[in-house]
Formats: sequence, C-alpha cells, structure tokens
Amino acid sequence: MSGLIGKKIGMTSLYDTDGQLVGCTVLEAGPCVVTQVRTKEKDGYEAVQLAFGERGEKNSTKAAKGHYAKAGTTPKVKAHEFKEFEQELKPGDTVGVDLFEEGSFVTVTGNSKGKGFQGVVKRHGFSGVDETTHGQHDRVRAPGSLGGSSYPARVFKGLRMAGRKGGEQYTTENLKVVKVDKDKNLLVLRGAVPGAKGSMVIIWK
Amino acid sequence: MDKLKQLEKEWAPLKAMPDFKAGDTITVHYKIVEGNKERIQQFQGVVIQRKGSGSTATFTVRKMSGNVGVERIFPVSSPFIDQVDVNKRGDVRRARIFYLRERRGKSARITEKRQNVAATAQ
Repeated sequence: MSGLIGKKIGMTSLYDTDGQLVGCTVLEAGPCVVTQVRTKEKDGYEAVQLAFGERGEKNSTKAAKGHYAKAGTTPKVKAHEFKEFEQELKPGDTVGVDLFEEGSFVTVTGNSKGKGFQGVVKRHGFSGVDETTHGQHDRVRAPGSLGGSSYPARVFKGLRMAGRKGGEQYTTENLKVVKVDKDKNLLVLRGAVPGAKGSMVIIWK
Repeated sequence: MDKLKQLEKEWAPLKAMPDFKAGDTITVHYKIVEGNKERIQQFQGVVIQRKGSGSTATFTVRKMSGNVGVERIFPVSSPFIDQVDVNKRGDVRRARIFYLRERRGKSARITEKRQNVAATAQ
C-alpha cells in the first residue's frame, strides 16, 4: 500500500459543492524522503522507508544521523515502511501530496489523544445501568457483574474494566480527500483523524 | 497568525458584510433551494451573539414569530447568505444578550444607540 507520513495541523470547516458545511482535518503531508529501500535479497521482503519532519542535529542520535546521511538527507522525526509502493523509488527520492487525488478515499493511522483513567462506559461503550429508580442508585455508570460465583470462582483474564484510555494507535478508514494543495503540501480530509494537533500520522492511499 | 486561520482565509475569503454586533437589529437575506429553484427569504431579528473568528465565525439572530421565539445561527461565510442589512443599532452592555430569551413584551426592548451628534454635525 502506498502512503505518506503527515502532520496534523488542525480542524476547520469548509463548504462542499452542494453548499453543505463539512468538518475537515488539515494535514501537512510530506514531502517525504525515501531513506531506505528493502529488497527481497537483502532483507527478505520488499518495502520503501519514508521519513518526514525535521529533527534538529542536536536532538538526533549518532545512529539516526548516520542512517539519514546515507540517504543524503537530514535527521527526521518519523520514519515508516510501506510495502508494495506504487512507484519505483530509490533512496533520496521525495514523495509529495500529489500521490493523492481530490475525491478519492484514504485511511489514516495515528496515536489518539490520551484520555486518562476512564470508566467502562467511556472506555468500552458499556451502557451502564440506565435507570435511577427500581432499587438502583449510585450505579448509573457501573460495569455490573464481573462473572460467576463459586464457578469459576475467579475473574476471567481480559475482562473489560476501567483503566487508561487513549494514547494508542487508531485507524480511521474511508476519509474523503476534499482538497490537495501541492504548493503547500497540504491535504484536507473530510472528518476527523486520530491524534492531537501537531502529531504525526500515516496516510494510506 | 495561526496557520489554520491563515489557510481558512485563503480557502474561504470573507464576504463583505456590514459591521454589526449583539443588540443590533438586522435583516438577513438568505437563499433557499427548493428542488432546483432558488429564492431569497428574509429573516429579521436581533443579533444575540457573534461567535468564533475568521471564516468559521457565526452569528445568532433571534426574532419573535407570533408568541414563539425563533433563533437562527448563520455562518458568516455561508454561500446561502445573499445580503445583510443593519436596521437598528442597539445599546446593550454585553456581547451575548441571552437574557433576552427570558423576556417578553416591554422588557424585551432594546434602546437604540444614540448617534454621535458632533460627528453628524460636521
């Protein structure tokens, strides 16, 4: 799958051709540099590694500097491998937003915003108790029973409970490309994309 | 300036609109699409708030339709807005005059802003 690495700039609303106001996400997508090409002979699989986002020399490790210098570029913030890329690429090449077309659909992967310690209603979509009468009180958002009693006499592993939510990888599929700005390397998608402003995302074609 | 606001400016240039704020009475001429026919309707009322900035800003207009209050929120960059007329400048002390919702009749009046006499004389 071909794709690019991008940075979330934020959300806004734009009018579509019907005059409908549509919530949109603006991404700075590329230009990504090809930093490595994986081959069947050498690595056992085929892929291209793209990198995006400037990271200062001072903040980069020696190993990273060496890796990026090999491709003739400066250290980057994020690198990702794409298998079966549609173009034939070699290290040092750049890939820009012109990879995407207006009107097509893309998939975006990113790290979601951290939500902290959340209960089961928010974290797992439990319905809670739903009523405050008929003997119920203090348990509108409670998880309910955790399982059986004397058999199995334990709580099963993996039972959904309250805990940390967010801050993990999420993927949103079928986001329509509203606008592609080749000069400014911008991609405008209809709908929301995981992550905070300024966070790195991967945009799959 | 915020990068996003800058982009909005580029993608949705602001239409020329008279300057008005909460308390003013305005008439919004807006387009209505029925099937493939388009016609213009008017909505006259008091602006009770202006919200947001740039092209995503909105304003809320409240009017009394008979005995029922009707509020409409218009985005400033809406392609359906044809024209905005300012009918009266109201003299109010706050930017969001939601207290108007609890008022009826005489107490729901807004005094008109006094014009600067010296400025008009010159």
